[in-house]
Amino acid sequence: MSNIYSRITRDSLWNNNIVFAQTLGLCPTMAVTSTATNGLGMGLATTAVLVASNMLISSIRHAVSEEVRIPVYIVIIATLVTLVDVSINAWAHDLYKVLGLYIALIVANCAVLGRAEAYAAKNPILPSGMDGLMMGLGFTFALTIIGAVREILGTGTLFADAHLLLGPAFSFMELKLIPDYKGFLLMILPPGGFLAVGFLIAGKRIIDRRSASVAEPVPAAAPAIS
Amino acid sequence: MNFQKLRGELYYQAALLGGVALVTTAALALADRATSSDIAAAQARDMQQSLTQVLPGEYDNDLLKDTLVLNGPNGEVTVYRARRAGRVEAVVFKVSGNGYAGPIDCMMGIDRNGHITGVRVIKHKETPGLGDKIEPAKGHWIYEFEGKSLGDPPAEKWGVKKDGGVFDQFAGATITPRGVVKAVKGGLDFFDKQRAQMLDDTVPLRETFGRTTEGGKP
Repeated sequence: MSNIYSRITRDSLWNNNIVFAQTLGLCPTMAVTSTATNGLGMGLATTAVLVASNMLISSIRHAVSEEVRIPVYIVIIATLVTLVDVSINAWAHDLYKVLGLYIALIVANCAVLGRAEAYAAKNPILPSGMDGLMMGLGFTFALTIIGAVREILGTGTLFADAHLLLGPAFSFMELKLIPDYKGFLLMILPPGGFLAVGFLIAGKRIIDRRSASVAEPVPAAAPAIS
Repeated sequence: MNFQKLRGELYYQAALLGGVALVTTAALALADRATSSDIAAAQARDMQQSLTQVLPGEYDNDLLKDTLVLNGPNGEVTVYRARRAGRVEAVVFKVSGNGYAGPIDCMMGIDRNGHITGVRVIKHKETPGLGDKIEPAKGHWIYEFEGKSLGDPPAEKWGVKKDGGVFDQFAGATITPRGVVKAVKGGLDFFDKQRAQMLDDTVPLRETFGRTTEGGKP
Protein backbone atom coordinates (compact mmCIF):
# COMPACT_ATOMS: atom_id res chain seq x y z
CA MET A 1 0.00 0.00 0.00
CA SER A 2 2.77 2.41 0.91
CA ASN A 3 4.16 1.62 -2.50
CA ILE A 4 1.21 3.39 -4.15
CA TYR A 5 1.70 6.46 -2.03
CA SER A 6 5.40 6.76 -2.69
CA ARG A 7 4.73 6.41 -6.42
CA ILE A 8 2.01 9.07 -6.25
CA THR A 9 4.39 11.34 -4.38
CA ARG A 10 7.25 10.92 -6.82
CA ASP A 11 5.04 11.26 -9.89
CA SER A 12 3.14 14.27 -8.65
CA LEU A 13 6.03 16.28 -7.31
CA TRP A 14 8.45 15.74 -10.16
CA ASN A 15 7.84 13.24 -12.98
CA ASN A 16 4.33 14.38 -13.74
CA ASN A 17 4.45 17.88 -12.24
CA ILE A 18 1.39 19.89 -13.24
CA VAL A 19 3.33 22.83 -14.64
CA PHE A 20 6.71 21.42 -15.61
CA ALA A 21 5.57 18.12 -17.12
CA GLN A 22 1.86 18.32 -17.89
CA THR A 23 2.05 22.06 -18.67
CA LEU A 24 -1.47 22.46 -17.31
CA GLY A 25 -2.87 25.38 -15.35
CA LEU A 26 -0.72 27.92 -17.13
CA CYS A 27 -3.37 30.65 -16.99
CA PRO A 28 -3.20 31.09 -13.20
CA THR A 29 0.52 30.34 -13.30
CA MET A 30 1.31 33.27 -15.57
CA ALA A 31 -1.11 35.57 -13.81
CA VAL A 32 0.17 35.24 -10.26
CA THR A 33 3.86 34.39 -10.36
CA SER A 34 5.23 37.93 -10.40
CA THR A 35 6.50 37.25 -6.87
CA ALA A 36 7.40 34.07 -5.01
CA THR A 37 4.93 34.92 -2.25
CA ASN A 38 2.02 35.16 -4.67
CA GLY A 39 3.04 31.85 -6.24
CA LEU A 40 3.17 30.19 -2.85
CA GLY A 41 -0.24 31.53 -1.84
CA MET A 42 -1.88 30.51 -5.09
CA GLY A 43 -0.27 27.08 -4.87
CA LEU A 44 -1.54 26.47 -1.34
CA ALA A 45 -5.06 27.61 -2.21
CA THR A 46 -5.07 25.33 -5.26
CA THR A 47 -3.79 22.44 -3.13
CA ALA A 48 -6.72 22.85 -0.73
CA VAL A 49 -9.17 22.79 -3.62
CA LEU A 50 -7.44 19.81 -5.26
CA VAL A 51 -7.53 17.65 -2.12
CA ALA A 52 -11.18 18.46 -1.46
CA SER A 53 -12.31 18.02 -5.06
CA ASN A 54 -10.38 14.76 -5.55
CA MET A 55 -11.80 13.20 -2.39
CA LEU A 56 -15.34 14.39 -3.06
CA ILE A 57 -15.33 13.23 -6.66
CA SER A 58 -13.77 9.91 -5.73
CA SER A 59 -16.47 9.33 -3.12
CA ILE A 60 -19.27 9.74 -5.67
CA ARG A 61 -17.47 8.09 -8.57
CA HIS A 62 -19.81 5.09 -8.70
CA ALA A 63 -22.90 7.26 -8.91
CA VAL A 64 -21.69 9.58 -11.67
CA SER A 65 -22.46 8.42 -15.17
CA GLU A 66 -20.09 8.75 -18.09
CA GLU A 67 -22.37 11.13 -20.00
CA VAL A 68 -22.75 13.93 -17.47
CA ARG A 69 -19.52 13.57 -15.53
CA ILE A 70 -17.87 16.75 -16.84
CA PRO A 71 -20.68 19.15 -15.80
CA VAL A 72 -20.92 17.35 -12.45
CA TYR A 73 -17.18 17.77 -11.81
CA ILE A 74 -17.18 21.39 -12.90
CA VAL A 75 -20.10 22.28 -10.66
CA ILE A 76 -18.39 20.58 -7.70
CA ILE A 77 -15.04 22.28 -8.35
CA ALA A 78 -16.63 25.70 -8.86
CA THR A 79 -18.54 25.28 -5.60
CA LEU A 80 -15.40 24.33 -3.69
CA VAL A 81 -13.52 27.31 -5.10
CA THR A 82 -16.35 29.63 -4.10
CA LEU A 83 -16.38 28.15 -0.60
CA VAL A 84 -12.63 28.73 -0.27
CA ASP A 85 -13.09 32.25 -1.64
CA VAL A 86 -15.81 33.32 0.79
CA SER A 87 -14.15 31.71 3.81
CA ILE A 88 -10.83 33.44 3.15
CA ASN A 89 -12.68 36.68 2.55
CA ALA A 90 -14.54 36.36 5.84
CA TRP A 91 -11.92 34.92 8.16
CA ALA A 92 -8.56 35.90 6.69
CA HIS A 93 -9.38 39.22 5.13
CA ASP A 94 -5.80 40.49 4.94
CA LEU A 95 -4.82 37.39 3.01
CA TYR A 96 -7.83 37.92 0.78
CA LYS A 97 -6.58 41.35 -0.18
CA VAL A 98 -3.41 39.70 -1.48
CA LEU A 99 -4.92 36.60 -3.08
CA GLY A 100 -8.52 37.64 -3.67
CA LEU A 101 -8.16 38.28 -7.37
CA TYR A 102 -6.50 34.96 -7.98
CA ILE A 103 -8.72 32.57 -6.08
CA ALA A 104 -11.45 32.69 -8.71
CA LEU A 105 -8.76 31.74 -11.22
CA ILE A 106 -8.51 28.28 -9.65
CA VAL A 107 -11.70 27.36 -11.51
CA ALA A 108 -9.86 28.10 -14.73
CA ASN A 109 -7.08 25.74 -13.69
CA CYS A 110 -7.67 22.73 -15.90
CA ALA A 111 -5.31 20.72 -13.69
CA VAL A 112 -8.06 20.46 -11.08
CA LEU A 113 -10.52 19.02 -13.58
CA GLY A 114 -7.68 16.99 -15.05
CA ARG A 115 -6.94 15.24 -11.76
CA ALA A 116 -10.65 14.59 -11.19
CA GLU A 117 -10.92 12.99 -14.59
CA ALA A 118 -7.59 11.18 -14.70
CA TYR A 119 -7.31 9.95 -11.13
CA ALA A 120 -10.15 10.61 -8.71
CA ALA A 121 -12.84 9.19 -10.99
CA LYS A 122 -11.10 5.79 -11.03
CA ASN A 123 -9.50 5.41 -7.60
CA PRO A 124 -10.56 5.08 -3.95
CA ILE A 125 -10.90 8.08 -1.68
CA LEU A 126 -7.59 8.01 0.22
CA PRO A 127 -5.24 7.61 -2.75
CA SER A 128 -7.29 10.31 -4.52
CA GLY A 129 -6.80 12.67 -1.61
CA MET A 130 -3.10 11.85 -1.59
CA ASP A 131 -2.93 12.48 -5.33
CA GLY A 132 -4.62 15.85 -4.86
CA LEU A 133 -2.27 16.78 -2.02
CA MET A 134 0.89 15.82 -3.86
CA MET A 135 -0.18 17.30 -7.19
CA GLY A 136 -1.06 20.48 -5.29
CA LEU A 137 2.32 20.56 -3.57
CA GLY A 138 4.03 19.96 -6.90
CA PHE A 139 2.05 22.88 -8.32
CA THR A 140 2.98 25.02 -5.29
CA PHE A 141 6.64 24.10 -5.76
CA ALA A 142 6.52 25.05 -9.44
CA LEU A 143 4.74 28.35 -8.82
CA THR A 144 7.10 29.32 -6.01
CA ILE A 145 10.16 28.59 -8.17
CA ILE A 146 8.77 30.52 -11.14
CA GLY A 147 7.80 33.39 -8.84
CA ALA A 148 11.24 33.40 -7.24
CA VAL A 149 13.00 33.54 -10.60
CA ARG A 150 10.81 36.36 -11.85
CA GLU A 151 10.99 38.26 -8.58
CA ILE A 152 14.76 38.06 -8.23
CA LEU A 153 15.36 39.09 -11.84
CA GLY A 154 12.51 41.59 -11.96
CA THR A 155 12.79 43.46 -8.67
CA GLY A 156 15.82 42.02 -6.88
CA THR A 157 13.80 40.82 -3.87
CA LEU A 158 12.62 37.40 -2.70
CA PHE A 159 9.37 36.62 -0.87
CA ALA A 160 8.38 40.29 -0.64
CA ASP A 161 5.22 40.75 1.47
CA ALA A 162 5.47 37.22 2.87
CA HIS A 163 4.18 38.53 6.20
CA LEU A 164 0.84 39.36 4.58
CA LEU A 165 0.46 35.77 3.46
CA LEU A 166 1.95 33.79 6.33
CA GLY A 167 1.79 36.18 9.25
CA PRO A 168 4.32 38.54 10.84
CA ALA A 169 6.46 35.63 12.07
CA PHE A 170 7.55 34.94 8.52
CA SER A 171 8.85 38.40 7.71
CA PHE A 172 12.39 36.98 8.01
CA MET A 173 11.77 35.37 4.61
CA GLU A 174 11.59 38.77 2.94
CA LEU A 175 15.00 39.27 1.42
CA LYS A 176 16.39 42.10 -0.60
CA LEU A 177 18.95 40.23 -2.62
CA ILE A 178 20.21 42.99 -4.86
CA PRO A 179 20.44 46.42 -3.19
CA ASP A 180 19.72 49.46 -5.39
CA TYR A 181 18.43 47.21 -8.15
CA LYS A 182 16.82 49.23 -10.91
CA GLY A 183 14.43 46.47 -11.84
CA PHE A 184 13.95 44.43 -14.99
CA LEU A 185 10.38 45.14 -15.97
CA LEU A 186 10.13 42.42 -18.61
CA MET A 187 10.30 39.69 -15.99
CA ILE A 188 7.41 41.17 -13.99
CA LEU A 189 5.18 41.54 -17.04
CA PRO A 190 3.51 38.53 -18.70
CA PRO A 191 6.35 37.80 -21.19
CA GLY A 192 8.64 37.21 -18.22
CA GLY A 193 6.29 34.47 -17.08
CA PHE A 194 6.55 32.68 -20.41
CA LEU A 195 10.33 33.06 -20.45
CA ALA A 196 10.73 31.74 -16.90
CA VAL A 197 8.38 28.79 -17.47
CA GLY A 198 10.09 27.91 -20.76
CA PHE A 199 13.59 27.90 -19.30
CA LEU A 200 12.48 25.98 -16.21
CA ILE A 201 10.77 23.28 -18.29
CA ALA A 202 13.91 23.01 -20.43
CA GLY A 203 15.97 22.71 -17.24
CA LYS A 204 13.77 19.94 -15.89
CA ARG A 205 14.12 18.01 -19.15
CA ILE A 206 17.89 18.30 -19.01
CA ILE A 207 17.95 17.03 -15.42
CA ASP A 208 15.63 14.15 -16.35
CA ARG A 209 17.77 13.16 -19.30
CA ARG A 210 20.98 13.28 -17.27
CA SER A 211 19.56 11.14 -14.47
CA ALA A 212 18.05 8.71 -17.00
CA SER A 213 21.38 8.22 -18.75
CA VAL A 214 23.11 7.69 -15.41
CA ALA A 215 20.56 5.13 -14.26
CA GLU A 216 20.54 3.09 -17.43
CA PRO A 217 23.14 3.14 -20.19
CA VAL A 218 20.46 2.53 -22.83
CA PRO A 219 19.61 5.95 -24.33
CA ALA A 220 16.23 7.07 -23.12
CA ALA A 221 13.51 7.48 -25.68
CA ALA A 222 13.08 11.04 -26.83
CA PRO A 223 10.44 12.69 -24.65
CA ALA A 224 7.14 13.12 -26.37
CA ILE A 225 6.63 16.71 -27.38
CA SER A 226 3.03 17.70 -27.20
CA MET B 1 -28.31 0.83 -4.87
CA ASN B 2 -27.28 -0.61 -8.16
CA PHE B 3 -25.64 2.36 -9.83
CA GLN B 4 -24.37 0.22 -12.68
CA LYS B 5 -27.87 -0.27 -13.99
CA LEU B 6 -29.21 3.16 -13.10
CA ARG B 7 -26.38 4.95 -14.85
CA GLY B 8 -27.63 3.80 -18.23
CA GLU B 9 -31.08 5.30 -17.82
CA LEU B 10 -31.88 8.62 -19.47
CA TYR B 11 -33.79 10.09 -16.53
CA TYR B 12 -30.86 9.33 -14.24
CA GLN B 13 -28.67 11.89 -16.00
CA ALA B 14 -31.18 14.67 -15.38
CA ALA B 15 -31.71 13.54 -11.81
CA LEU B 16 -27.98 13.41 -11.16
CA LEU B 17 -27.32 16.87 -12.58
CA GLY B 18 -30.29 18.27 -10.72
CA GLY B 19 -29.24 16.61 -7.50
CA VAL B 20 -25.67 17.88 -7.72
CA ALA B 21 -26.87 21.39 -8.55
CA LEU B 22 -29.26 21.31 -5.59
CA VAL B 23 -26.64 20.14 -3.11
CA THR B 24 -23.98 22.59 -4.28
CA THR B 25 -26.43 25.51 -4.32
CA ALA B 26 -27.48 24.64 -0.79
CA ALA B 27 -23.82 24.54 0.28
CA LEU B 28 -23.21 27.96 -1.29
CA ALA B 29 -26.32 29.43 0.31
CA LEU B 30 -25.23 28.16 3.73
CA ALA B 31 -21.69 29.47 3.23
CA ASP B 32 -23.02 32.86 2.19
CA ARG B 33 -25.19 33.02 5.28
CA ALA B 34 -22.28 32.02 7.50
CA THR B 35 -19.82 34.51 6.07
CA SER B 36 -21.77 37.55 4.86
CA SER B 37 -21.73 39.41 8.17
CA ASP B 38 -18.01 38.78 8.68
CA ILE B 39 -17.26 39.92 5.13
CA ALA B 40 -19.33 43.07 5.56
CA ALA B 41 -17.52 43.80 8.83
CA ALA B 42 -14.13 43.29 7.20
CA GLN B 43 -15.05 45.59 4.32
CA ALA B 44 -16.29 48.23 6.72
CA ARG B 45 -12.96 47.97 8.55
CA ASP B 46 -11.11 48.44 5.25
CA MET B 47 -13.24 51.45 4.43
CA GLN B 48 -12.63 52.89 7.89
CA GLN B 49 -8.91 52.39 7.40
CA SER B 50 -8.80 54.16 4.06
CA LEU B 51 -10.88 56.98 5.55
CA THR B 52 -8.49 57.52 8.45
CA GLN B 53 -5.56 57.49 6.04
CA VAL B 54 -6.84 60.39 3.98
CA LEU B 55 -8.23 62.16 7.03
CA PRO B 56 -5.78 62.30 9.88
CA GLY B 57 -6.95 63.67 13.19
CA GLU B 58 -9.72 63.01 15.67
CA TYR B 59 -13.37 63.25 14.83
CA ASP B 60 -16.26 62.42 17.10
CA ASN B 61 -18.71 60.80 14.69
CA ASP B 62 -18.86 57.55 12.74
CA LEU B 63 -17.93 58.57 9.20
CA LEU B 64 -19.31 55.40 7.68
CA LYS B 65 -22.81 56.29 8.89
CA ASP B 66 -22.69 60.03 8.28
CA THR B 67 -22.93 60.11 4.53
CA LEU B 68 -24.50 62.19 1.83
CA VAL B 69 -25.16 61.12 -1.74
CA LEU B 70 -24.61 63.91 -4.26
CA ASN B 71 -24.62 64.04 -8.03
CA GLY B 72 -21.02 64.28 -9.15
CA PRO B 73 -19.58 64.70 -12.63
CA ASN B 74 -19.72 60.93 -13.22
CA GLY B 75 -22.85 59.84 -11.42
CA GLU B 76 -23.61 59.62 -7.75
CA VAL B 77 -20.85 60.18 -5.21
CA THR B 78 -21.07 59.11 -1.59
CA VAL B 79 -19.59 61.79 0.63
CA TYR B 80 -18.43 60.81 4.12
CA ARG B 81 -18.46 63.65 6.61
CA ALA B 82 -16.24 64.06 9.64
CA ARG B 83 -17.57 66.22 12.44
CA ARG B 84 -16.35 67.72 15.64
CA ALA B 85 -19.12 68.74 18.04
CA GLY B 86 -21.68 68.51 15.24
CA ARG B 87 -19.79 70.80 12.85
CA VAL B 88 -18.63 69.26 9.58
CA GLU B 89 -14.86 69.68 9.64
CA ALA B 90 -13.91 67.63 6.59
CA VAL B 91 -15.36 65.42 3.89
CA VAL B 92 -14.07 62.30 2.17
CA PHE B 93 -15.20 60.94 -1.17
CA LYS B 94 -14.07 58.80 -4.04
CA VAL B 95 -12.80 60.19 -7.31
CA SER B 96 -11.82 58.31 -10.41
CA GLY B 97 -9.32 59.13 -13.13
CA ASN B 98 -8.26 57.51 -16.38
CA GLY B 99 -4.94 55.74 -16.11
CA TYR B 100 -2.86 53.93 -18.65
CA ALA B 101 -4.62 50.61 -18.20
CA GLY B 102 -8.05 51.53 -16.92
CA PRO B 103 -9.66 53.61 -14.22
CA ILE B 104 -7.72 54.66 -11.11
CA ASP B 105 -9.92 54.99 -8.04
CA CYS B 106 -8.79 57.29 -5.25
CA MET B 107 -10.19 58.38 -1.91
CA MET B 108 -9.59 62.00 -1.12
CA GLY B 109 -10.20 64.04 1.99
CA ILE B 110 -10.83 67.80 1.95
CA ASP B 111 -11.12 69.99 5.00
CA ARG B 112 -13.62 72.82 5.57
CA ASN B 113 -11.38 75.37 3.93
CA GLY B 114 -10.87 73.39 0.75
CA HIS B 115 -7.39 72.06 1.56
CA ILE B 116 -6.61 68.44 0.72
CA THR B 117 -5.98 66.36 3.84
CA GLY B 118 -4.85 63.32 1.90
CA VAL B 119 -5.26 61.21 -1.22
CA ARG B 120 -4.89 57.42 -1.50
CA VAL B 121 -5.23 55.22 -4.54
CA ILE B 122 -7.54 52.36 -3.65
CA LYS B 123 -7.72 50.54 -6.96
CA HIS B 124 -5.70 50.65 -10.17
CA LYS B 125 -4.33 48.44 -12.93
CA GLU B 126 -1.21 50.43 -13.84
CA THR B 127 2.01 48.81 -14.99
CA PRO B 128 3.94 47.31 -12.08
CA GLY B 129 7.31 49.01 -11.71
CA LEU B 130 6.31 52.10 -13.70
CA GLY B 131 2.85 53.38 -12.92
CA ASP B 132 2.43 51.82 -9.50
CA LYS B 133 4.51 54.52 -7.80
CA ILE B 134 1.15 56.13 -7.05
CA GLU B 135 0.81 53.60 -4.20
CA PRO B 136 2.24 54.82 -0.91
CA ALA B 137 4.03 51.47 -0.55
CA LYS B 138 6.03 52.13 -3.72
CA GLY B 139 6.72 55.86 -3.53
CA HIS B 140 5.98 59.14 -1.82
CA TRP B 141 4.38 60.78 -4.81
CA ILE B 142 0.80 60.58 -3.53
CA TYR B 143 1.72 62.72 -0.48
CA GLU B 144 2.43 65.69 -2.76
CA PHE B 145 -1.26 66.54 -2.74
CA GLU B 146 -1.49 67.14 0.99
CA GLY B 147 -2.30 70.75 1.84
CA LYS B 148 -2.97 71.72 -1.77
CA SER B 149 -6.19 73.47 -2.73
CA LEU B 150 -7.91 74.91 -5.80
CA GLY B 151 -5.94 78.17 -5.62
CA ASP B 152 -2.66 76.61 -4.50
CA PRO B 153 -1.21 75.88 -6.99
CA PRO B 154 -3.22 78.10 -9.39
CA ALA B 155 -5.60 76.33 -11.75
CA GLU B 156 -3.26 76.32 -14.76
CA LYS B 157 -0.53 74.67 -12.65
CA TRP B 158 -2.73 71.72 -11.70
CA GLY B 159 -0.97 69.22 -13.91
CA VAL B 160 2.19 67.16 -14.18
CA LYS B 161 5.44 69.00 -14.91
CA LYS B 162 5.42 67.86 -18.51
CA ASP B 163 2.14 69.76 -18.99
CA GLY B 164 3.48 72.85 -17.23
CA GLY B 165 2.11 71.91 -13.81
CA VAL B 166 3.76 71.43 -10.44
CA PHE B 167 3.39 67.66 -9.93
CA ASP B 168 6.15 65.20 -10.75
CA GLN B 169 5.64 62.54 -13.38
CA PHE B 170 7.44 59.20 -13.32
CA ALA B 171 10.13 58.13 -15.74
CA GLY B 172 8.32 55.99 -18.28
CA ALA B 173 4.84 56.75 -16.96
CA THR B 174 3.21 60.13 -17.53
CA ILE B 175 -0.33 59.02 -18.21
CA THR B 176 -0.76 57.51 -14.75
CA PRO B 177 0.12 60.61 -12.66
CA ARG B 178 -1.70 62.82 -15.16
CA GLY B 179 -4.85 60.76 -14.56
CA VAL B 180 -4.51 61.02 -10.79
CA VAL B 181 -3.86 64.77 -10.86
CA LYS B 182 -6.88 65.29 -13.09
CA ALA B 183 -9.05 63.17 -10.79
CA VAL B 184 -7.93 65.11 -7.70
CA LYS B 185 -8.52 68.44 -9.44
CA GLY B 186 -11.97 67.18 -10.43
CA GLY B 187 -12.60 66.30 -6.78
CA LEU B 188 -11.66 69.84 -5.70
CA ASP B 189 -13.96 71.34 -8.33
CA PHE B 190 -16.74 69.05 -7.16
CA PHE B 191 -16.18 70.17 -3.56
CA ASP B 192 -16.17 73.80 -4.61
CA LYS B 193 -19.46 73.44 -6.43
CA GLN B 194 -21.26 71.44 -3.75
CA ARG B 195 -19.55 73.05 -0.78
CA ALA B 196 -22.71 74.43 0.78
CA GLN B 197 -24.42 71.08 0.77
CA MET B 198 -21.40 69.09 1.93
CA LEU B 199 -20.70 71.38 4.87
CA ASP B 200 -24.34 71.80 5.87
CA ASP B 201 -24.41 70.64 9.49
CA THR B 202 -28.15 70.23 9.67
CA VAL B 203 -28.83 67.56 7.03
CA PRO B 204 -30.57 64.83 9.00
CA LEU B 205 -28.58 61.59 9.26
CA ARG B 206 -31.59 59.38 8.72
CA GLU B 207 -32.14 60.47 5.17
CA THR B 208 -29.24 58.55 3.72
CA PHE B 209 -28.63 56.08 6.48
CA GLY B 210 -30.13 53.13 4.65
CA ARG B 211 -27.84 53.49 1.67
CA THR B 212 -24.65 53.08 3.62
CA THR B 213 -25.51 49.73 5.10
CA GLU B 214 -26.28 47.80 1.95
CA GLY B 215 -24.73 44.37 2.06
CA GLY B 216 -24.63 44.13 5.83
CA LYS B 217 -27.66 44.39 8.00
CA PRO B 218 -27.15 46.22 11.23
